[in-house]
Amino acid sequence: MAKVKSLADLKKIKEELHAKMDLREKSNDPDAQVQIKVGMATCGIASGAKEVMEFLIEATAKRGINSIVTQTGCMGYCYAEPTIEVTMPGKEPVVFGDVDLKKADEVIEKYIKQGELVDGIIPVNYKTIDNN
Amino acid sequence: MKDLSMHIMDIIQNSVRAEASLVELKITESQKEDLFSISIKDNGFGMSEEVLAKAIDPFFTTRTTRKVGLGLSLLKQNAEMTGGKMEISSKVGVGTELKATFSHKHLDRPALGDIAGTMVLLVGANPEMDFVYTHITDGGEYIFDTKEVKEVLDDMPVSDPNIMRYLKEMIKENLNTL
Repeated sequence: MAKVKSLADLKKIKEELHAKMDLREKSNDPDAQVQIKVGMATCGIASGAKEVMEFLIEATAKRGINSIVTQTGCMGYCYAEPTIEVTMPGKEPVVFGDVDLKKADEVIEKYIKQGELVDGIIPVNYKTIDNN
Repeated sequence: MKDLSMHIMDIIQNSVRAEASLVELKITESQKEDLFSISIKDNGFGMSEEVLAKAIDPFFTTRTTRKVGLGLSLLKQNAEMTGGKMEISSKVGVGTELKATFSHKHLDRPALGDIAGTMVLLVGANPEMDFVYTHITDGGEYIFDTKEVKEVLDDMPVSDPNIMRYLKEMIKENLNTL
């Protein structure tokens, strides 16, 4: 595929992706998706949250995981950044701390794919991360 | 912060929290004038005079999860280390504008870093918002406007990983021509 340099190139790419996208769109029920929130406040960004978020977006897409990766503010665990919150369909959210690329890969392979808990879970003593 | 694109990511998070629908980022770099400036303007809540006066205090934040707010003070410190400065103006209900200037050639000026990746993450994570990123150098100007991008993409979401990858490539390619 030639490089995308302009909006015209992007339009061509869009046409090529469209059929594939239609299939994916149909499965975009939020309740059926794995929701991943990456803490992207100053503490998270300074600790490498951007690279972790880029990795999670790429890796979940490549591995065919129906997921949505988005960002959130500071969850108050600055000492354990980067932090991510993973919500599996029908389950309570789980927050992982000190998530580097290796840990992110482990979370995908073990927790998301197989439902196994992995090291690095921050104990559930918080109410919500939506009000920060 | 490792580079300026991370500062930009961080500062724009404030615009996201302020429920801005439009964020305009302008980066101007001129080796001739020894200038590197970053301007971020949003149409979010804005800040009262009282909050604005405390905004660059590292021990002030509007967050409830912690007691420090380092984003603005770190950027200000970085700008001042190169002989530059940072200014913020804000009006409640109108929005906030921040401008940080650096000496282009100063050894302590952090590199810009992965600005294409930063923009694409912001766009993908906030698909309901619009971003206009203008980059001006001595050699020319590039404008990335998500309104135009969304028009081209039509019903395809900007948060799709494939689209994000292509958008990053498009921004990088255009910046390389400046």
